[in-house]
Amino acid sequence: MTALPTTEPVRIVVAGAPRRSALARLLGVFGSGVVRAVLAVVAVFWLVPVLGLFVASLRTESDNNTSGWWTVFTAPAQLTLRNYRALLDNTEIMRSFGNTVLITVPATVLVIVIAALAAYALAWIDFPGRDWLTVLIVGLLVMPIQVALIPISRLYGLFGLFGSIAGVVMFHVAFGLPFAVFLLRNFFAGIPADLLEAARMDGAKEWLIFRRVVLPIGLPAIASLAIFQFLWVWNDLLVALVFADDRSAPITLALRSQLREFGTNIDVLATGSFLSMVVPLVVFFAFQRFFVQGVLAGSTK
Amino acid sequence: MSTLLTSDQGPAAGAAGGTARTGRPKGRTGTRGSLRVAALYLLPAVALIAIYLAYPVVYSIGRSLFDRSGATFVGLHNYAELFTDPRTQVALRNNVIWVLVAPALVTGLGLIFAVLTEKIRWATAFRLVLFMPMAISLFASGIIFRLVYQEDPSLGLANAAAVTVHDAFLEPSKYPGARARDARALVADHGNLTTTANYGRGDVVRLPLVGLSPQKLPRQAAPAQDLRPDPRDLRGVVWLDVAAGGGPPGTLGGGKRGMPGVTVQALRDGHVTATTTTGDDGSFAFPDLSPGTYTIRLPASNFAQPFRGLTWLGPALVTPVIISAWVWITTGFAMTFIGAGLSAIPRDALEAARVDGATEWQVFRRVTVPLLSPVLLVVFVTLVINVLKVFELVFVIAPGSAQADANVLALQLWQVAFGAGGGDQAMGSALAVVLFLLVVPAMLFNIRRFRRERR
Repeated sequence: MTALPTTEPVRIVVAGAPRRSALARLLGVFGSGVVRAVLAVVAVFWLVPVLGLFVASLRTESDNNTSGWWTVFTAPAQLTLRNYRALLDNTEIMRSFGNTVLITVPATVLVIVIAALAAYALAWIDFPGRDWLTVLIVGLLVMPIQVALIPISRLYGLFGLFGSIAGVVMFHVAFGLPFAVFLLRNFFAGIPADLLEAARMDGAKEWLIFRRVVLPIGLPAIASLAIFQFLWVWNDLLVALVFADDRSAPITLALRSQLREFGTNIDVLATGSFLSMVVPLVVFFAFQRFFVQGVLAGSTK
Repeated sequence: MSTLLTSDQGPAAGAAGGTARTGRPKGRTGTRGSLRVAALYLLPAVALIAIYLAYPVVYSIGRSLFDRSGATFVGLHNYAELFTDPRTQVALRNNVIWVLVAPALVTGLGLIFAVLTEKIRWATAFRLVLFMPMAISLFASGIIFRLVYQEDPSLGLANAAAVTVHDAFLEPSKYPGARARDARALVADHGNLTTTANYGRGDVVRLPLVGLSPQKLPRQAAPAQDLRPDPRDLRGVVWLDVAAGGGPPGTLGGGKRGMPGVTVQALRDGHVTATTTTGDDGSFAFPDLSPGTYTIRLPASNFAQPFRGLTWLGPALVTPVIISAWVWITTGFAMTFIGAGLSAIPRDALEAARVDGATEWQVFRRVTVPLLSPVLLVVFVTLVINVLKVFELVFVIAPGSAQADANVLALQLWQVAFGAGGGDQAMGSALAVVLFLLVVPAMLFNIRRFRRERR
């Protein structure tokens, strides 16, 4: 801050403004044209790979193996919904899609409930060891999932949770917690104390304050958390790879088993990948603001 | 967004710090009764965190000190073996490349885009487009980029673009793979075809070539004719010595066609003295040669194999390729995060510098970047953590043949402990401990930042 140049108002008006205007405006017009062109090219770079996958999912396997997807611009007749129809008939993929929903919804709801309770305690109940616990949770924000794979697989082996949807859900809930608690605690702590004090005066119990005051005010943060956790779990492959089996596999895992050296089954892979992307993309475009907030806040995870 | 990141805005903030308490009691005072209430609220979260996050660290450290069977204590032996294992060394090397290149690149791109989007009207749309990959699973992103980087330039977009650009600057050769009918009369050397005999004015050079399907000849190719010698020049004919009608090899006629557009050079003492190109019937002539003897050469550019792009998913390029996919995924996050920080910079500071005659670059370099540096650091650290956990992208993009070359610690851990032929929990645990130690600095960074923001 101290490095900022300080200016005297007089000099600004007399010397600064007129001298800059002609050249600056010219540079501005030219410059902004270049900026716009560069950013347009960048945007194309970001969109084209997704477009490629989408178009590939609309072409037959033999078309995909003999020519590039961009040939549809000259030969649009090759577009077909056949891959999607085949996918709907593919019981394995469709079951895995259902599994993704069965894993994602409970994992999201449970994280919200458990984290909201803990966050309320950390923000508004004064108990010994509170700071210590808060700092511990902040530290655990960046814990790599990989560290837990071997120990938890041993535990799951002991308790027979291997290959079960419950086991996958529990893992996601636990690893979602540090961020969820952190996010909600910060938000809850920002609620004006007067609101809570007023409720306490009325003789409301902690539970009522939590339900009637804190939760409603915390809804925006909960929405961000919900979207972030939803996407995190929906898009997971690693946890499912270790803890799910064929029957409990989510769609990412089912598609992964289709992954061989290339060229043989791009019709299933591209179509399935696109199917798995549809829900997150809809969530993304429908709730962009909460989405961006959730991902930004969850970036430390 | 910043409200979510910077903790504790309100008066309720400081209770934790002890000194920060401003007299207003927050919640109940710390009694045993409040501990009991708090425990009810905290129990599920603390139990899950203890089981899934804390216990694994302890278990991994312990397990890494025993041998594969888990029965014998081996001390640090697993770690010694780890760092001498060639696969882990490749993984470590790649992790270093990732950490050095990827976060800095994405932070830089994010900063540039964040600043530039302030100057356009469709900034929101642009941000949405760049942010979109965050909604897509890493698996799907991997599939997307496997498609982009397919090796066949008629299938993979990257190589299609590479070939288009390459051929725009360097015209592709007309007759890839063509070779001499008689390798003793026309000797191949570094792709050039040179006659062994010497020729002078009044000679006719006959150069039959093979190794090319007649369908590959250009449409204008005309039947090749034998030429009459002319004392005024050195002339000759290049033809494709393959024809449906047959005819003895090395002779003209029988429907054999000339090869148009072949570059022909006349060499004297190893130096090119004249260059010409064959006509539609494959004939060529050097009219203005000074007397003397020459060898005739068909340079390699006539026959070079076409450029087919790069082997993106091969051992050499696979890591840069996966990094490019990661850049595609994370740049939107960096841009949005930095953009939020940018909008928090007081406009006055920028305006003052501009009014003072600073150029846009100076404003950027001397004002914007220093003011943003805390935000840039947070983004950078966040990205480093993310890089250390990179798993799915490598797993999906690198084909089996190149996976060893693209290996990273997180993938190596999975392969050792769970992959085919794996099941080595001792080595896996040692890797887990290494991975954990690598993120400890980030943990401390976060804790410090958290403490500071609370004050």
